[in-house]
Amino acid sequence: MSGILLALIGMFVFFLGYRYYSKFIAEKIYRLDPNFVTPANEFNDGKDFVPTNKWVLWGHHFTSVAGAAPIVGPAIAIYWGWVPAVIWVLLGTVFAAGVHDFGALVLSVRNKGQSVGTLANKIIGQRAKILFLFIILILVLMVNAVFAWVIANLFINFPSAVLSVFIQIPLAIWIGYVVYRKKGGMLWPSLAALGTMYAAAVLASKVPALQIDLKSWFGGEENIVAFGLNGVAFSFFVWIIILMVYVYIASTLPVWKLLQPRDYINSHQLVVGLLILYLGLFFSNPTITAPAMNSAATDVPWIPILFITIACGAISGFHGLVASGTTSKQLDREPQARMVGYGGAVGEGLLALASIIAVGTLFTSREGFLEAYSGFAAANGGGLGNFVQGAGQLATGIFIPADIATTIVAVIVVSFAATTLDTSIRLMRYIISELGKEYKVMSLTKTHVATTIAVGSSAALVLLPEGPNGFGSGGYVLWPLFGTSNQLLAAITLLLITIWLKRQGRNYLPTLIPMVFLLAMTLFAMGRQLLLDWSPFAGANPNLLLFVLGSIIFGFAAWILLEAIAALRNNKPNVPKNKAV
Amino acid sequence: MSFQERLKRIIQLYDEILRTGHRTEIIRELQEEDDLFMLLLYSDMLGIPNPAFYYTLELYPHMLEKFHDWHTRMGMDKSPLTGFRCC
Repeated sequence: MSGILLALIGMFVFFLGYRYYSKFIAEKIYRLDPNFVTPANEFNDGKDFVPTNKWVLWGHHFTSVAGAAPIVGPAIAIYWGWVPAVIWVLLGTVFAAGVHDFGALVLSVRNKGQSVGTLANKIIGQRAKILFLFIILILVLMVNAVFAWVIANLFINFPSAVLSVFIQIPLAIWIGYVVYRKKGGMLWPSLAALGTMYAAAVLASKVPALQIDLKSWFGGEENIVAFGLNGVAFSFFVWIIILMVYVYIASTLPVWKLLQPRDYINSHQLVVGLLILYLGLFFSNPTITAPAMNSAATDVPWIPILFITIACGAISGFHGLVASGTTSKQLDREPQARMVGYGGAVGEGLLALASIIAVGTLFTSREGFLEAYSGFAAANGGGLGNFVQGAGQLATGIFIPADIATTIVAVIVVSFAATTLDTSIRLMRYIISELGKEYKVMSLTKTHVATTIAVGSSAALVLLPEGPNGFGSGGYVLWPLFGTSNQLLAAITLLLITIWLKRQGRNYLPTLIPMVFLLAMTLFAMGRQLLLDWSPFAGANPNLLLFVLGSIIFGFAAWILLEAIAALRNNKPNVPKNKAV
Repeated sequence: MSFQERLKRIIQLYDEILRTGHRTEIIRELQEEDDLFMLLLYSDMLGIPNPAFYYTLELYPHMLEKFHDWHTRMGMDKSPLTGFRCC
């Protein structure tokens, strides 16, 4: 099948979803009211609550939710064939993610811009709030471990990208200085920084001396370097330690010094990445060589694992946090929630679709694909690398040489992953401080104590679990857990929206059905992995750490299910329209 | 609207999109820096002895606007300084 045709079909489905389904949801289910005074207008303080132009808000929402996750998940999930992955991305975006992101935004707007965590407390009860906080904590912990490994893996596989990524740090600090101390604009310096980074990428692709290739410096797999670790494992160790030191510094520095300018540059990269992918696709018109259904993928069944492997790009609980955390405080008029929330989910779906096409068209033959995706473990380990190669190949369609394009795409993906890692460590620091305040452990509220715990536990989680690639590969073993906790979060948000709709006396099936589906798949997947893969009674490779973490998440999921049933059966009086729940 | 103006508007929108991300955090951080500076200048008003208060008070007229923001953020609706009022 032609890659262009698949992209066009995908875009058409998204168009129909936005044009008709989101309209139906907006008018008949959420009943958006142009006269409703949004929190941005009601509490306008010029800081948290600011009425914002809808295009700016959509762009901000999309850049906040789009990162490496919608690329990684689909690049792994294509293991079962491109058809299941595409169907889940399309249907998931239209019927689950769109409704979820849109609903979280509306629910928050109707409740003074409160976040989903606070709303869980209000709508379900105190237990739900604590549950919520713990799930978020586990989620960010997973994100840290997974993305630290993802970045280290890309550094090892694409050493030509390392220089550009590290050059970005001083450039970002310089931009922060220019903008906030010298009162300059950010656009042009950031474009100059991006140009410098890509120039470094071009140079490093051509000059091997500029490639920071730890794997070969440490003698590769044959050489034992230290602590019984071979060259590859030791490279992972070194990169992960460097990354952890970096995120510690980045998350404790004032935002304007490093994070904001870095994210600003990375947002340019999102545009560049999408342009490379879609322009490259339309100019080169590649054929999808990956099988529609991979009959050789028998080690792990696609039902239910597919639904937790692709989280961002089909549905992701993290989006609900963004929608209710910041976006809802900036929505100028309620009807704009459709474009911002549903439209943001569609943007994410387009990124996931591009990831499937890039990997699906990478290989010259079906055999090449089957060799690279020989098992689920191989898919997990190589998925992202395949995306980088595939995107690099698409870029040749717009006349960028393959080696340079691959380096630039690797730089883009690492930048996305680094942004996610930075944000996630910072978020974890806030949650630890919050828990410290809640339980009166004041030392936890100190920046450096909270950051040390966040960074230390993330480093332990990525380094301790024994992955198939040995030391340091704990990150991708955790990927299914990351997907599960993310989906669980989405299910809770959908549950909150469902209860809200029920109390308003409206049709709640559009949110109830995806919620039940997500919970069923999450429980099925977790139960299966716990019993067959990680339990001490399982055959081949029992893994106690994953068993414990998985059990906690499984327990949370079951708990949420019970709370959901109780809350739905509890017929509280209907709340009048326009009033908070 | 001419093409040039339209292009300028698009660039402006794009810049605004990318800035929105950390806007609130930055405003808060810069305010915290300002608050610390204010505290150093006017700690005497909060009961913390400041030997340089006599001199720092001279800066007061220059910082009237910021001073108002500061005392409202500190939870004082009215200026804590008798004789020198900003509101």
